[in-house]
Amino acid sequence: MRFSESQLALPLAALFVTFFVAPLSVLVALSLVTEQGGNTFTAVHYIKFFTDSFNYSILFETLLLGLKATGVCLLFGYPIAWIAARAKARWQSVLIFLVILPILTSVVVRTFSWIVILGRQGILNQIVLGLGLSHEPVQLLFTEVGVVIVLAQVQMPLMVLPILTVLTRVDTNLADASRALGAGEWRTLWRVTLPLSLPGIVAGCILTYSACVTAFVTQTLIGGARLIYMPLQIYQQAIGANNWPFAAAISVIFMIAVLALISLFGMFGRRV
Amino acid sequence: MSQRKQTSDWEAQSVPLIFGVLTTVAIVFLIAPTLIVLVTSFTDSQSLKFPPEGLSFRWYLALLDADQMQRAAWNSLVVAFWTTILSVVLGTAAAIAMARSRNSWIRVADALFMSPLVLPALAFGFAALIFVHQIGFRPNIPFLVLGHVIVCVPFVLRTTIAALSQLDSSLLDASYSLGASWWMTFHRVTLPLIGRGIGAGAFLAFMASFDNVPVSLFLADERTEVLPIHLWQQIETNLDVRTAAVSGLIIIITLILMIIAERLAGLTRQLR
Repeated sequence: MRFSESQLALPLAALFVTFFVAPLSVLVALSLVTEQGGNTFTAVHYIKFFTDSFNYSILFETLLLGLKATGVCLLFGYPIAWIAARAKARWQSVLIFLVILPILTSVVVRTFSWIVILGRQGILNQIVLGLGLSHEPVQLLFTEVGVVIVLAQVQMPLMVLPILTVLTRVDTNLADASRALGAGEWRTLWRVTLPLSLPGIVAGCILTYSACVTAFVTQTLIGGARLIYMPLQIYQQAIGANNWPFAAAISVIFMIAVLALISLFGMFGRRV
Repeated sequence: MSQRKQTSDWEAQSVPLIFGVLTTVAIVFLIAPTLIVLVTSFTDSQSLKFPPEGLSFRWYLALLDADQMQRAAWNSLVVAFWTTILSVVLGTAAAIAMARSRNSWIRVADALFMSPLVLPALAFGFAALIFVHQIGFRPNIPFLVLGHVIVCVPFVLRTTIAALSQLDSSLLDASYSLGASWWMTFHRVTLPLIGRGIGAGAFLAFMASFDNVPVSLFLADERTEVLPIHLWQQIETNLDVRTAAVSGLIIIITLILMIIAERLAGLTRQLR
């Protein structure tokens, strides 16, 4: 007698219900009471968040930061995937190896490398000053441009891999047919290959975006104390200010905002 | 006519050319930080200047006396070890259930199990902290492991489900019709065929746990401090060259593990 294989999902489902669904429910519940241990229902923390321009500008800046970094990842990630999909098996392995090396090396290590590169005496400023491109060191550390550059480098593999997966499964005959019918290389790319790889692009954008907005280490170490994004704000309110209900409320707002944007990506992918 | 031929040649070659240039730039951009910090870690001076003026192992030797860092590294290894074991057992079982079942609730479970990949992990980390307090505990290593399993198990699920979808179900039917039990079929037919997929997922889960910050930030305290958090605090407060030496060590170990994973599990093929 064979048991039903679908029961094998039950242990993991049990773990997710007790240690994922339950904590998130407790988070939502806590965000709706005045203080910890209290049980009066209130929306005061949400009102506090949306009536303070400092708070919602942090939310806006964080969501925007994710879009910028995702854009840079797509600009460079698509060509990598396109080249890798056409490369011979051995070179494809080498390319994938080089792409995943950074993501498997600790994120703290990668961010630290960028501090060595972008600092005032870093290699980048040595080059800039050495070539006479500028008379004083360029400030990249603790700027938004710096954060976008580092996020793009740190999260690039998340963009490349889903696109590559789709591109290796796209029938190459379709692109050949397009060329045989007289379409140029760019037209074939724009009208055939790109639309066919859209599911990979959408998946890559979703993964990259959600990783970029929640990248606490990169945001705090490269952004410094002056550039505040949502993860740092949640951490400071929860651990620094010990204001758990308010921290819970901004966590809920952050989650909903990120999920809403991701669903927009997904809808865009289905529409086109 | 000849001019038309020229433009079409340019047209045909410009896509690979431009994509090739972008890929080269991106690969340099992906790899350079890792190489720079690796070289810097062998400096013989007190500064993180690149290129270093002289080379030595002094900062690596200094790690031998860094008790706090060693403790943090040990904690990280213990947590990553248990996270990987749990993720592989629960994840493989769930993957078998999900790969072959047509149940509609399986699709709900799939969305649930994959959601940690897109949900801001920091919000989940905070939710887990609140939850642990609500049920009357203080954060400890077992809770930290459970939190890591939630965010690491999607990697095992992904690679294992992909491996299972390549599995020819007639092999299983043959095994059953020859009188083998479910367990024997799993042990002698399924497992050998999906082993590489599980192995690649286990490797990714281990690295993700070893590298995790958003969950550890809330579920680890001074006693259970893990390496990424320790390094993050080091870099924020006083940048010393020992950090570069640990980084160098992490890079070298990651590289060795990646080569082993590539040889044993065909890592880059599993990710494609």
